[in-house]
Amino acid sequence: MSEKRTGAQILCESLIQNGVDTMFGIPGGAIMPFYHAMWEYRTDLRHILCRHEQGAGHAAEGYARSTGRIGVCIGTSGPGTTNLVTPIADAWMDSTPLLAICGQVSSAVLGKDAFQETDITGITMPITKHNYLVKNINDIAYVVKEAIHIATTGRYGPVLVDITKDALQATAVPDYSKKIFLPGYRPTITGSKKQIKAALSLMLKSKKPILMIGNGVMMSDASAEVRVFAERYKIPVITTLHGLGAFPEDHELSLGMPGMHGWVHANRAIQEADFLMNIGGRFDDRVTGKASTFAPNARIVHVDIDPSEIGKNIEVEIPIVGDARIVALSMLEEEPEEKLVAEFHKNAAEWLTYIRELQTKHQHKQQYLNRPDTSTMLPHDVFAALTKQINTRGNYRVVTDVGQHQMWAAQLLDWYKPRTHITSGGAGTMGFAVPAAMGVAVAHPEDTVWAIAGDGGFQMTNQEMIVIIQENIKNMKIAIINNGFLGMVRQWQELFEGKRYSGTPLTSPNFQKLAEAYGWTGITVESVDQIDAAIERAYAIDGPVLIDFRVEREVNVFPMVPQNKSIGEMITE
Amino acid sequence: MKIHTLVVLVQDHPGVLNRAVSMFRRRGYNIASLVVGHTETPGVSRMTIVVESDNVEQVVKQLYRLVEVLKISDVTEDPVVDREMVLVKLHVTGQHRAEIVALTEVFTAKIVDVATNTMVIEMTGGPAKVDNFIDVIRPFGIKEMMRTGRITMVRGAKGHSGAELIDQAAE
Repeated sequence: MSEKRTGAQILCESLIQNGVDTMFGIPGGAIMPFYHAMWEYRTDLRHILCRHEQGAGHAAEGYARSTGRIGVCIGTSGPGTTNLVTPIADAWMDSTPLLAICGQVSSAVLGKDAFQETDITGITMPITKHNYLVKNINDIAYVVKEAIHIATTGRYGPVLVDITKDALQATAVPDYSKKIFLPGYRPTITGSKKQIKAALSLMLKSKKPILMIGNGVMMSDASAEVRVFAERYKIPVITTLHGLGAFPEDHELSLGMPGMHGWVHANRAIQEADFLMNIGGRFDDRVTGKASTFAPNARIVHVDIDPSEIGKNIEVEIPIVGDARIVALSMLEEEPEEKLVAEFHKNAAEWLTYIRELQTKHQHKQQYLNRPDTSTMLPHDVFAALTKQINTRGNYRVVTDVGQHQMWAAQLLDWYKPRTHITSGGAGTMGFAVPAAMGVAVAHPEDTVWAIAGDGGFQMTNQEMIVIIQENIKNMKIAIINNGFLGMVRQWQELFEGKRYSGTPLTSPNFQKLAEAYGWTGITVESVDQIDAAIERAYAIDGPVLIDFRVEREVNVFPMVPQNKSIGEMITE
Repeated sequence: MKIHTLVVLVQDHPGVLNRAVSMFRRRGYNIASLVVGHTETPGVSRMTIVVESDNVEQVVKQLYRLVEVLKISDVTEDPVVDREMVLVKLHVTGQHRAEIVALTEVFTAKIVDVATNTMVIEMTGGPAKVDNFIDVIRPFGIKEMMRTGRITMVRGAKGHSGAELIDQAAE
């Protein structure tokens, strides 16, 4: 350890010591010393060369979201790092542990508008949990340690480390022993016992309770504990977009997704509930609709690891700051009076029966499939076939893009297991699916990873398909829900803007041929009767397959809550 | 909107002021005054931030999200010593000189520069007293003026030193 190393070697060793084994990136001038050093460490530190830094960033996000571990992306100074801004913003919104390593021009020319110089720490300040500009080789080792610690503790998030070229090139004897010292950063993990007791006693007084679970349950791997809690008290469970899979949808207590494209019965249950406990969700406006009208009768408990989320969008009666899993475990330790629990069970059962009646009245999931005329192919036909085959075969992960297909996937596929549904929620980043699925496929070679995208989002990042070939990744499939429109915008134009289809009709290349040009197998599906065979073929081929589902063009996602309306006011057709 | 005074102790790292100010800007909070300076503890800086907000709790929580923020105290309701300094350059003609000197004494201000046609006065006091002084002096003709913004300290034993916070964290 007393031997001198270059800054770049120290960077590699620090990454390995802090548990990194895979990185997605693109080299360039300022970051070249890192790539030079990486070669020595290539058996421990796999580098996957992407085609655009945005792809590298989303791939790292997919890797992180599907594993819970840090995802690492790399870009060189200037455009290399500005291209990382979108995935960093995406990771910020969805609390994804991401480490962005950026090359920076040498410290001697910093601030002088040098070639490929961009103030990336300035640019990313509002969209990172923290960021660093490292100019001294002696700071590299502990900054990496600190950055990964910050990204993967408390409320997860992106951290950017910008390192000047001269710091990477300098040599010094590394000191890996320096301890993390962050006096201003001490996340609260354990929920207040007093608040937990108060929350439970409030819950037991209610007759129409709802448990809503979100991203925090996924991120803290709290699914099992939350399930035990829900089952013990028999509370109906609503899963937000990022909570999908954290509670099995075939469970008798599962109500599915709420919000703008959530189920009528789930939204109505929220509006009628007299108690709502939100664990690890942040009351996003896509969940609440018009915030002042959300859950008007409910007394609300909010469990979140980030105190700033509490009271931000929705006022709550009992806040509990802490990690979802630790708080769930503490709630399970409580032993309320049996009599109270029995009474609560009785009421909750009546409440659930009532919600199920609502659900029967507003059953959307199957109504399209039972239509008499199937001469046109609806997206619903594709999703019905996909969910059947995906679930039958098991070992799957699904990554969706942003738009109509994303909502259909959330609604129509069945979600059973945590970290099987990965999407861009808060930022709504089109172009997320293909590169993020690549990251998931790298992290989970045992699973079949489906990227589901629209024809619009697919074309924003499809260049990453060639990386799948270069890296010999076999376990990824792409399904394009191709309707020739930027579909969600078109839907809003149809419903709210008199069908003025401004900027939404979309011409696409022949995706099958495009896939073949990339060395993938391409399949085109144009009618309902071809769907099953296409998916079966995709599974039969040991390698990447793209299916272009050319669905009916003007189909809407329903139910829908118009923007800034109460979730009680849903359009159902 | 209510006016709040926040005393914020931060690690003295490059960019920490930028992070704090950037957070106020992007969340749409309105800064009335912000002063930052060194404290008794090397490596710890102190900000006095005067902010207009109906939800100061949320402002505080968002500030706490910054990794380098050690401690925030909302001292709006506390008994405090509030001080601000102002430098005023006046156009002075001979006939007013004596009157200005007298006013300066009343406000316990100091004349720190005298030239043929100008005079620079330094005055320190609570924000209201500074306002009052400026109102009184304005008719003589202000050429330039600069206020420092407010620095605040709670009276009595209450309050935090940077060293105490760093030690607590190290435990």
